[in-house]
Amino acid sequence: MSQPAPSLTTTEAVPLGSPSLSDAVPVDAASWRRRVDASARLPVLAYVLSGVVWLLVGTVFALLASFKLHEADWLGETAALTFGRVRPAHLATMIYGWLSMVDVGIMIWLWGRLLKTEVRHPWVLLASCALWNVGMVVGTVGLLAGFSTGVEWVEMPVAAFFCIVPALGLVAFALLSSLGRRRVRHLYISVWYLGACMLWTPILLVAVLLPIYSGVPHATVNWWFAHNILGLWLTPVGLAAAYYFIPKVVGRPVYSYHLSYLGFWTLALFYNWAGVHHLVGGPPPQWLVTVSIVFSVMMIIPVLVVAVNHHMTAFARIRRVLYSPTLRFVVFGAMSYTVVSLQGALMPFRSLMEVTHFTHHTIAHSHLGVYAFATMVAFGSVYYLLPRVTGWEWASRRLIALHFWTTGLGIGMYVVGLTVGGIQQGLLMNDASVPFLDVVIATKPWLWSRSIAGVLITVGHLTFAWLVWQIVRHRGPAPDGPVYFRPPPTGLFGRGDGGRAPVADSSLL
Amino acid sequence: MLTRPALLFLGAFAAILMSYTALSLVPKMQLATIEPTPGTEQPFGAQVQGREIYIREGCVYCHTQQVRAPGYGADVERGWGPRGSLPGDYVYDSPHLLGTMRTGPDLRDIASRQPSADWHYAHFYNPRSVSPGSVMPPYPWLFRTVEVGPGGAPGNAVPLPPEFAPGDGLAIVPTGEAEALYAYLMTLKLEPVEAPAPSPATE
Ligand code: HEC
Ligand code: HEM
Repeated sequence: MSQPAPSLTTTEAVPLGSPSLSDAVPVDAASWRRRVDASARLPVLAYVLSGVVWLLVGTVFALLASFKLHEADWLGETAALTFGRVRPAHLATMIYGWLSMVDVGIMIWLWGRLLKTEVRHPWVLLASCALWNVGMVVGTVGLLAGFSTGVEWVEMPVAAFFCIVPALGLVAFALLSSLGRRRVRHLYISVWYLGACMLWTPILLVAVLLPIYSGVPHATVNWWFAHNILGLWLTPVGLAAAYYFIPKVVGRPVYSYHLSYLGFWTLALFYNWAGVHHLVGGPPPQWLVTVSIVFSVMMIIPVLVVAVNHHMTAFARIRRVLYSPTLRFVVFGAMSYTVVSLQGALMPFRSLMEVTHFTHHTIAHSHLGVYAFATMVAFGSVYYLLPRVTGWEWASRRLIALHFWTTGLGIGMYVVGLTVGGIQQGLLMNDASVPFLDVVIATKPWLWSRSIAGVLITVGHLTFAWLVWQIVRHRGPAPDGPVYFRPPPTGLFGRGDGGRAPVADSSLL
Repeated sequence: MLTRPALLFLGAFAAILMSYTALSLVPKMQLATIEPTPGTEQPFGAQVQGREIYIREGCVYCHTQQVRAPGYGADVERGWGPRGSLPGDYVYDSPHLLGTMRTGPDLRDIASRQPSADWHYAHFYNPRSVSPGSVMPPYPWLFRTVEVGPGGAPGNAVPLPPEFAPGDGLAIVPTGEAEALYAYLMTLKLEPVEAPAPSPATE
């Protein structure tokens, strides 16, 4: 077994997955990994495939919502496809369908790898996946049929959440009982993030769904929730994945293990206070918004900590993004995380919010988070783990490259266009001498640019879905090794890092 | 002794409990006894149904219902209300419909600035019939097409410019749903209050 990182100072700093770990492992690394991957195979596949299906559904809604914002009469006769129904359907399918489900898949796989133990109760996990999908179908159809709850980010009829929350409970049950069987002493930072969000997410959902709020307090709990579903659910999984895959593919330990603890606790303490900045200038008590703004700014600490850790680790061997699809997507995501979070920490100042609040600038910001960060990291993770759980290889490096460039350029265009467009919209709106309709008309070119970006991204999603389908079905000629964007120089990827031994020798590293 | 994972879960739980208490429960208690501002009335009958249609059609994704106080943004200058919104304006709102996006104008005071039923019906039926260039969706399913009898168009026929009218011998009339939505919009009215609203903009 080759060592990915020759100069390790502390054993603590080793990502647990790496073979040089000294913890007592029952068998040699290659075969325990095979066992762990095999135990996770069905649940991971079920969750990842479900996620990809919802990604496609959500993409259709995205295009409908996007085009309808400038071509309002397009499909205007159909109540089920009106903007105000398609938009929450887009959010629900993307957040609770695509990102949440693929993240659970990634989580299950990482959990086994990081704790060096078989994932227990795979059938419970499969049942939870089925239940979750039932919830999503009920919720999506319900939204189109007009049964929205009207509460942003939890618009789906409550019946949907009566499926999703118990499904999350089942996932937590299976993973916690695997935790009891772990074969490592030390818990890697990714386990912290995953474990904590397993607790946070059901609490968040239950808290926001309690039928006890009205008026302004309802608005504050609503935005406390909406911000936290990003900060305490999608972000921890994204960071956990980045903390695993970057060192793994780069073949070095994370830059500073102590910093990562600091990053974790500051995130846990600060992020969940930040949400009410969505209500700046509105009717909630002044002190509330101020508290939120203060905590939003304090988020700079965990963000910089994570940034230092991820980027210092990756940049040492940044040339590897030329070769490894996983690394390229994950590094793209990690860099976006830095950008979106610094933007998030600076934006809440009242003077800036005076312009950007209530405009498309917010939409650009949220896509920078949910897409350029969370979704891109999820793509990268899937590129790494699917070959391990399917025992097959990606069908085409050209198509992976197509996926990367369409989504990368697409989201760049999306975010830049709406950021600029949103600022313009805000400035015009704050000038009372400009008639409102002129503001609407001035914004249209930017909405067009989003639609074009959306088409580009859609091409990427279709490519990705096709690749996933191919690898799951074991299509194409038997692979002779890992797929890179271009052939890496010999020895660049040892067997312990981003690469893996040829499937032929069946050691699915 | 607590194990590591137990400590982790405990810390994580404490963190979220604190913020939930501060950002949700405390405001709930602080605002529990608040009086409705003058002019804020509990919707009933068709107004309630109208509010449900507002939720069903997702008007909230393009319209806020919160006016920013003078000095912060240009809401009052635009005529979107006589003052900034106050918590007392929302005591009957469940779910709240504050919104965060202004693809369209704020609607918290729409009843004062646009009371005309004919205008709203034409606008719901097709916004471009009264606001050329608008990107607001049309809501034709809130209307019925009827034949114009020998006695002329029905009294509640929606006046539409020719390019949006349904054709010779036909007229568009609002259904109960369109009427309910209109009735709800007419509850959205802000009245000035004696003490000037404390401006949330000043830091
Ligand atoms: C896609 C975004 C969008 C949606 C969804 C939407 N609107 Fe609008 N709305 C606009 C825009 C843009 C305007 C300004 C142009 C105009 O008058 O049509 C507007 C204007 C209005 C106005 C006139 C405001 C004024 O100051 O004169 C009313 C009333 C209104 N909308 C009500 C509604 C209702 C009720 C719904 C839900 C059934 C709704 N809107 C859904 C975008 C939207
Ligand atoms: C094909 C690419 C995409 C396009 C064209 C697109 C388009 C849109 C549009 C038009 C809206 C409504 C904006 C408005 O109300 O003005 C929206 C909102 C949203 N989308 Fe997307 N989207 C895309 C991808 C995604 C993905 C992949 C995710 C999540 C993983 C996502 C998550 C969201 C969220 C969370 C919102 C709500 C934003 C907010 O309230 O701030 N989108 N999107």
